[in-house]
Amino acid sequence: MDAIRVENLEKTFNGFTAVDHISFTVGEGELFGLLGPNGAGKTTTINMLSTLLRPTSGSATVAGFDVARDRDDVRKSIGVVFQEPALDGKLTGRENLEFHTMMYGIGKAERRRRIDEVLSLVELEDKAATLVEKYSGGMKRRLEIARGLTHRPKVLFLDEPTLGLDAQTRRHIWEYIRKLNKDGGVTIILTTHYMEEADFLCGRTAIMDHGKFVALDTPARLKDTLGGDVVSLELEGDAAAFLDALGRQDWIKRSKFHEDVLMLTMEKGERRIPELVMLAQQMGVTVNCVHLRKPSLEDVFLHFTGRTIREQEANLSERNRAMMMAHGRR
Amino acid sequence: MTIHWTAVYVLWRRDMTRYVRAKSRIIGSLAMPVFFLAFLGLGFRRMAVPGMDGGTGYIGFLAPGIIGMTLLFSSSMQGMSVLWDKEFGFLKEIMVAPVSRVSLVLGRIAGGTTTSMLQGILIFGASLALGFRLPGAGALLFGFVFMLLIAFTFIGLGLIFASRMKDMQGFGIIMNFIIFPFFFLSGALTPLENFPWVIRALSYADPLTYGVDGLRAALIGTSSLPVLVDLAVMIGFAMIMLFLGAYFFEKSEGV
Repeated sequence: MDAIRVENLEKTFNGFTAVDHISFTVGEGELFGLLGPNGAGKTTTINMLSTLLRPTSGSATVAGFDVARDRDDVRKSIGVVFQEPALDGKLTGRENLEFHTMMYGIGKAERRRRIDEVLSLVELEDKAATLVEKYSGGMKRRLEIARGLTHRPKVLFLDEPTLGLDAQTRRHIWEYIRKLNKDGGVTIILTTHYMEEADFLCGRTAIMDHGKFVALDTPARLKDTLGGDVVSLELEGDAAAFLDALGRQDWIKRSKFHEDVLMLTMEKGERRIPELVMLAQQMGVTVNCVHLRKPSLEDVFLHFTGRTIREQEANLSERNRAMMMAHGRR
Repeated sequence: MTIHWTAVYVLWRRDMTRYVRAKSRIIGSLAMPVFFLAFLGLGFRRMAVPGMDGGTGYIGFLAPGIIGMTLLFSSSMQGMSVLWDKEFGFLKEIMVAPVSRVSLVLGRIAGGTTTSMLQGILIFGASLALGFRLPGAGALLFGFVFMLLIAFTFIGLGLIFASRMKDMQGFGIIMNFIIFPFFFLSGALTPLENFPWVIRALSYADPLTYGVDGLRAALIGTSSLPVLVDLAVMIGFAMIMLFLGAYFFEKSEGV
């Protein structure tokens, strides 16, 4: 059974289409990413899948339950970590978790066990008795992820899990999300506008722009669609003969020679490097240095939308403001 | 329609924890009613209130009014505290939980009623310190009934506003143009009999009028309307407001 099945999902706010007829499925145990600039419709999608917003049209099931009809069953099956903190700052970390587990109807003994378990998982045991308003951003995030797990959800939604966190905390949370997915078998859907995050974490990722999916595949294959990697070779010796020999290799798509550095475009560059070095040796050319550059998801985004994600965000913030005014929301 | 009692309890407990921890807020919210009691009570000490039986004095007239006022402000704020939860994001945590929306409303009402009653009781204590005298202990119990009904009514009203609003922006307008008029129209400070008929007509549309009048009947034994009328009207208002509050809250979306 698919963990998530979305068909033609749409959400409009006063005539503004935030999510524009998207369809996709997420298999059980997958770590699925929604990548896109702010305002692309990622959070709206998550809000519909987690029953906080009703879809305008289309349908979606989560863990086999319809998000419009079986809202309580959906809610029982999911955990959500929202983009903005959803903690009560006037309660301690433990009290926040207690509130949560009681809302999910977990019995007293089990409750204590699970709370201790998740607190140690996110290394917050020492801070359990501290008011959450005294927590740092990273600690709040970790507490929220812990909270999303206490009721053992089948599907976990993470909306921008590392937004605004420092590099070290981000790394920490990434490792943690990975562990959850691999060892815990939890299906995870995460939204992000950090390319490296989607790249590092996600099995498959959808690139979302203006409420639509413009691409959906594994990060590796998305990058492969760009035609491949750039391998740069710093050469010494008779480069012309070497270039000539390379001309007969059909896996080289493009080549450029510039100040002793030869730049070649090819697929799976890392697998071709040994071959290149061997060819060079045969031609009596010395390779001083090899450099491989993989296209990033940023390049992929650029390829599919004609813009970089930064440009897109600058562009969208204007549009968002208009939409928020129309909708009366922040 | 199922009620998840654990959820109701944990929502109530959260309100209690927050109430106990917010000591400065408790003091802040009690300051105004205490000042009203102290300064108006002392300043108008020798004033006779028309329609009141002798012996109670202005403090006797005033104290039930100020208790009613405390409940009005505290309960409508409690009902609107949904907006704070929205502001701080916690509402999403509540809305995404697998419990019936009715349980959420009941939890909110339970917590809001308890804190409002505590506030009302503290003001009752303050008025005793300022010279207010009860006819008997039974009067207090009867007074609690009216205090509860006032709390229910205005928590319901607060829930209605909170469910219709996206953020805190309209809060000041609601306080100044709805809650304060409820207070002044209710006759909490001044006898209704002195108002011109237009204003008096408005007063009779104000739930707090019956709440304060009922409190007077209970606590000092005199009222301008028959106490059973006060009781019946308040029960009606409380039920309607709670129903509407629950209805709008249930219909509102979580984000």
